[in-house]
Amino acid sequence: MEFIQTLLANQVLVSILLSALPLVFIVLMVLVVLYTEMKVAAHIQDRVAYMRTGWHGVLQPIADMLKLLQKEDIIPTKSDKLLFRTAPFIAFTGTYVAYAVLPFSSIYIGSNINLGAFFLVAAGSFVVIGILMAGWASNNKWSLIGGIRSASQMISYEIPTALAVIIVVMITGSLNLQDVTKFQDGGMGNWIVFGGPLPWMQKLMLMPFTLVTFFILFVASIAEVNRTPFDFPEAESELVQGFNTEYSGMRFAMFYLSEYANLFTVSAVVVSLFLGGWSSPFGTFMSGPLWGIFWFVVKAYMFMLIQIWIRWTLPRLRVDQLMFVSWKVLTPWLFVCILGVGLILVL
Amino acid sequence: MIDLTMLQPPTLPTDYTVKLGHTKTSTGKTIRTEEMIVNMGPQHPSTHGVLRLEIVIDGEIIVDCIPHIGYLHRCFEKHCEQMTNYQQIIPYADRMDYCSAMTNEWAFVLAVERLLKIEVPERVEYIRVIMAELQRIASHLIAVGTYGIDSGAFTPFLYTFIDREKILDLFEMTCGARLLYNYIWIGGLSHDLPPNFIGQAKDFITYFHPRITMLNDLLTYNEIFVKRTANVGVLPKDVAINFAVSGPQLRGSGVNWDLRRDDPYSIYHKLEWQPQIGKGEVGTVGDCWDRHIVRMREMEQSLNIIEQALAALPEGNVKAAIPKRIRPEKDAEIYVRTEASRGELGYYIISDGTTSPFRVKARGPAFVNLSVLPEIVRGGLIADLVLTAGSIDIVLGEVDR
Repeated sequence: MEFIQTLLANQVLVSILLSALPLVFIVLMVLVVLYTEMKVAAHIQDRVAYMRTGWHGVLQPIADMLKLLQKEDIIPTKSDKLLFRTAPFIAFTGTYVAYAVLPFSSIYIGSNINLGAFFLVAAGSFVVIGILMAGWASNNKWSLIGGIRSASQMISYEIPTALAVIIVVMITGSLNLQDVTKFQDGGMGNWIVFGGPLPWMQKLMLMPFTLVTFFILFVASIAEVNRTPFDFPEAESELVQGFNTEYSGMRFAMFYLSEYANLFTVSAVVVSLFLGGWSSPFGTFMSGPLWGIFWFVVKAYMFMLIQIWIRWTLPRLRVDQLMFVSWKVLTPWLFVCILGVGLILVL
Repeated sequence: MIDLTMLQPPTLPTDYTVKLGHTKTSTGKTIRTEEMIVNMGPQHPSTHGVLRLEIVIDGEIIVDCIPHIGYLHRCFEKHCEQMTNYQQIIPYADRMDYCSAMTNEWAFVLAVERLLKIEVPERVEYIRVIMAELQRIASHLIAVGTYGIDSGAFTPFLYTFIDREKILDLFEMTCGARLLYNYIWIGGLSHDLPPNFIGQAKDFITYFHPRITMLNDLLTYNEIFVKRTANVGVLPKDVAINFAVSGPQLRGSGVNWDLRRDDPYSIYHKLEWQPQIGKGEVGTVGDCWDRHIVRMREMEQSLNIIEQALAALPEGNVKAAIPKRIRPEKDAEIYVRTEASRGELGYYIISDGTTSPFRVKARGPAFVNLSVLPEIVRGGLIADLVLTAGSIDIVLGEVDR
């Protein structure tokens, strides 16, 4: 008891403990999402997937992780060993720091900084460095192409993401994600995707712009996490496995973990910017700090389900088409939206 | 019909040396650039086996592509000479194009029968047509499914394999084997059809028509898929003819040529069906999408053929009276060509009067079709190369033999 009291009195230890909370969450969440992805994919494809490890194979993700832990850590002889070793951790760090500003609930946010949305965009681009390092250090031409593709893709799609964030900031007047969420509190009608809690005339005029922005941010977020139809860095039919071709064992698992953690991050960003974050969709009903975590995770989970659904349905775009979508479709439309939203808010 | 003046000798791929270049950046600096040679395969997920493509790329753009084959060479032609009789070759012929074994063995058996001038019973011809068309559907299903994987869509692959499974079940109940059948024998068949075959085959036809529509909705007319395959890997008519391309690939380029109609064998002339050709509906004539849609439509035509053949199936014996030892005349030779799933499959057989052939030469469609690949991928992206190679639909067992 005394031990816990001294522990809690220590400011540093408490913050370390608090910051480890997302890590626990990530690991658990990845297990769940892995299982969901495999099961949903299987049912889309008319098969049943895991059935043997535990009830309907629920223990399979754990078995997979244990298997990866036991694998030999192979480092190619002619690779750049330092970069090769550190790359997966840098990629994971990039995704992990983003969890610092995700508003899980009205009482739990890792760090309630005023530049939350900006921080998220910046942390997202940190992952690129890890992937580029992995691609370069592997000393494999396919990995290199994968790494370069990834860099160009993520940088291109950062522009629409940032522009979409700007639109939300214009409406809410804050970059703090907690404030953005509070702004949308009080039921589904107040969500920014439906125009936010503004006078109904303004709201009605804003709605088309916010809906378009919401859709664009969603598309850009799929591209940010490199998933079908934008899964170029690891396009398996073209680049074998892309930047992580040469990785095995735990380092490979780190990339995997980072990919799925990132999947949650981008879904969480869409949710907290446009779909009311932790606030209940039914106003005061089922709302509160603990319900907040529930709503936040459920909403983000719905988005992950949509992403899984898309992944197992669509083919992949081509590299030039990917750039076309980003620069000639999404970005100009966002400029139109910024103009529209700005005019409506000023008038 | 074919304008001979447009025939040019094909340009063969040469050994490639990497070119060095200089590019000016926006700041006015000159940087040195270099092309890169990458080995695609033999252990690459989308070379459909052990094909090695040596590609020279400038960034993502393909400058040159040189296919290297032979990783699966197993001396098919030499083996044929070593056999003690002609019947022993049939299982070997199965193993050439293992995705389409029925049509392979049929082509070989047909060659031997013409060499011996054997007439087979009417029932045998009908059953052979039914089997070959079922096999064509099964083979095209693999082509379409793996093409989906090449383009990044994994799900169609599993759907096509469910359908293929039903065809394999039909084969299994007929001859016991699911992949390599040894069913079509010289002068007949190894077994007659089992009693419930006709009913199950009819069930399959009614089941499969809507599945083609579903596959078309899911993959063929998918906006992304169309964007990926239209105007990609365009194979013009004259290039296709120059390289002796055949099968769906040739018809995809708009050449109306199908050996089942143009060099008729068996009972195809009695049945009503149409060869399908590419029309460039979404892009240029002869692009990857055309080759894909030709396969999709050929499956429908095959269903028609099977339906008619099942309706007109006569009663009778499934074995013709053939000599116990097959011994063609000395110095007799023959070339027989058939339309296999991937194109013109021909066998050239020379007999020396003994029970085994003096020489067997197989003209495989996949091998010939592959030769055109370097010609049509230059200037495309790596992703285009994958799709073009996929649309050629090679089976390395037959390319390397």
